[in-house]
Amino acid sequence: MSATPTLPLDLGIGPRAARARRRLLVWVLCCLAITLLLAFGSLIVGTSSIETSLGWLLRPDAEASVVLWQIRLPRTLGAWLAGALLGLAGGIAQGVFRNPLAEPYLLGTASGAALGVTITLIAADASFEGLVWAARLGVTGAACLGAAGATLLTVSLSRGVLQTRSLLLSGVVVAFLLGSITQLLLLSRPEIWRTMQSFLFGSTGFLSWSSAELLGGALCVSIVPALLLARGLDALTLGEDTAQSLGLSLPLLRLALLGIVSIASATAVGQVGVVGFVGLIAPHIVRETLSVNHRQLLIGAPLCGGALLQAADLLSRWVIRPSELPVGAVTACLGGSYLIFLLWRRNRRG
Amino acid sequence: MAEAQPRVGGGTSALSCGELSVGYGEHVVIKTLSIGFLPGQWTSIVGPNGCGKSTLLRALAGLEPARSGTIYLQDRALASWPRRARARRIAWLAQTSAISDLTAAEVVGLGRFAHSGWLAHRQAADEAAMYRAMMATGSFAWAHRRMSTLSGGERQRVHLARTLAVEASVMLLDEPTTHLDPPHQEDIVRLLREQARGCGVSVVSAIHDLSLALAADRIVVLGYRGLVGHGTIAEALAGDWLSAAFETPVNVIEHRGAYLWRPSLEAPSAAGAPAQPGIER
Repeated sequence: MSATPTLPLDLGIGPRAARARRRLLVWVLCCLAITLLLAFGSLIVGTSSIETSLGWLLRPDAEASVVLWQIRLPRTLGAWLAGALLGLAGGIAQGVFRNPLAEPYLLGTASGAALGVTITLIAADASFEGLVWAARLGVTGAACLGAAGATLLTVSLSRGVLQTRSLLLSGVVVAFLLGSITQLLLLSRPEIWRTMQSFLFGSTGFLSWSSAELLGGALCVSIVPALLLARGLDALTLGEDTAQSLGLSLPLLRLALLGIVSIASATAVGQVGVVGFVGLIAPHIVRETLSVNHRQLLIGAPLCGGALLQAADLLSRWVIRPSELPVGAVTACLGGSYLIFLLWRRNRRG
Repeated sequence: MAEAQPRVGGGTSALSCGELSVGYGEHVVIKTLSIGFLPGQWTSIVGPNGCGKSTLLRALAGLEPARSGTIYLQDRALASWPRRARARRIAWLAQTSAISDLTAAEVVGLGRFAHSGWLAHRQAADEAAMYRAMMATGSFAWAHRRMSTLSGGERQRVHLARTLAVEASVMLLDEPTTHLDPPHQEDIVRLLREQARGCGVSVVSAIHDLSLALAADRIVVLGYRGLVGHGTIAEALAGDWLSAAFETPVNVIEHRGAYLWRPSLEAPSAAGAPAQPGIER
């Protein structure tokens, strides 16, 4: 009846779409600026007794240069990358489970990693062969192995990835089961408890260049397929049946997305321990500040997660300097307060 | 309104099922059902709550596995169609859709998924289909609003636009008029009829409102014990299939070529059915 106008929908082209793109660009630039500021702060704040000032940063002497290049820079970069991985995994998990409370550790990765590390530490303590074996595996390897095992256990318990509810339930069961085994093992070996503490609370103190490389690699490997599959997450918001009727293969989509979540969260846990709340909060912050579809969310959530963990890292070093707080405690405080803020605002809006 | 686009030719069924049985667990909902849906015709599925209308639509859309029997899409078994090719030919509207945070235009754009694929690189044809679908459902005005900010009726129209944007040869619609006010129900019914007659689409809908359901070309009447009848509206009324399906007298009045359901306000007498169920003129 009506003739098609020259600009049919103003969807991909036209002023509205251009405005939306500009808003996204400004948001990304703001995020990057905050990240750079935090990175700068992370470089000049630390436990080292050397002078921490702008001049020191610009003209470091030999000792300071080692601190800067071998400790603070990889730590800053690693913290950002780990946060980005957690943010990405959180964004995907919330989309796959269609639940705003979903988080990257939902498949049991965190508890699996903790158990892996505990067993490795006990083995290293018990015998020489165990020590050799543990040294070869490393804490990172043990954590990744444990996380992968836990994910497989969760998926096999729920008999595949098709049933959201049984997958969630199996994740909770596996987390509790592996958590209690870890607790029992730690009770029998109190000397390992202190070492485990830094892992269980999360710590950015062990990040080196090699771990930054590993985290960076994992981020590259996971973000590309995640962005390609973002439209599937959009379709999933309409309901699983509708998504299927649109021509999506639900099992393949879920398998691929949960695979990305496992890789991202296992790598992050392996490097910085169990850092909670970043993966949960980062996608929420993006949604609050930038109304988005999933492609934009999966670009925003890693940027936000990276900045969050960097901020938490900086705070953990600064609050009670010259000593440090566990970074996981700081993220829990930041994340918890943000959730309370969201709740308060929702209540006030009625 | 959408331009007339002939899609399916020939006299054979666009979608049909033979000896189809579908069920959940021990409960068999659809028992050995054989029906064909012709292109260019709008078929209403009518029956009491829980008789399997939605299950039938889901099975026809390939969302519910068949216990036995086969579903054919254009004379080829539904299961043997590639997923995307099938999704380009069958559009399905759920009874209730989850509320998402996407904009209306993004939701309608998802209707083009089977055409444009993962990268969502929309061609002019995709945009034109989206535009036509949104204009036809009257949802163009809020193209850029989030679904979560729309009313139930507005959301329903966006979802209808999404199914229209597929430009499929078969449309399976579960309660397309829910949440809509009467004028918009009217629009949707007119739209379905036009899709069938003008565009050659095979439209199959389950609508609760009998007066609207009886505006279709053909009717499939399901009862608790399976298929009551399948044929034209006149055949259904002459055979009083509706009363048989609902197991209570259903009064339908013919008024100027339209069939209207007249609710009976007297309590049904214990002795038996009130006089003269079926059609009145």
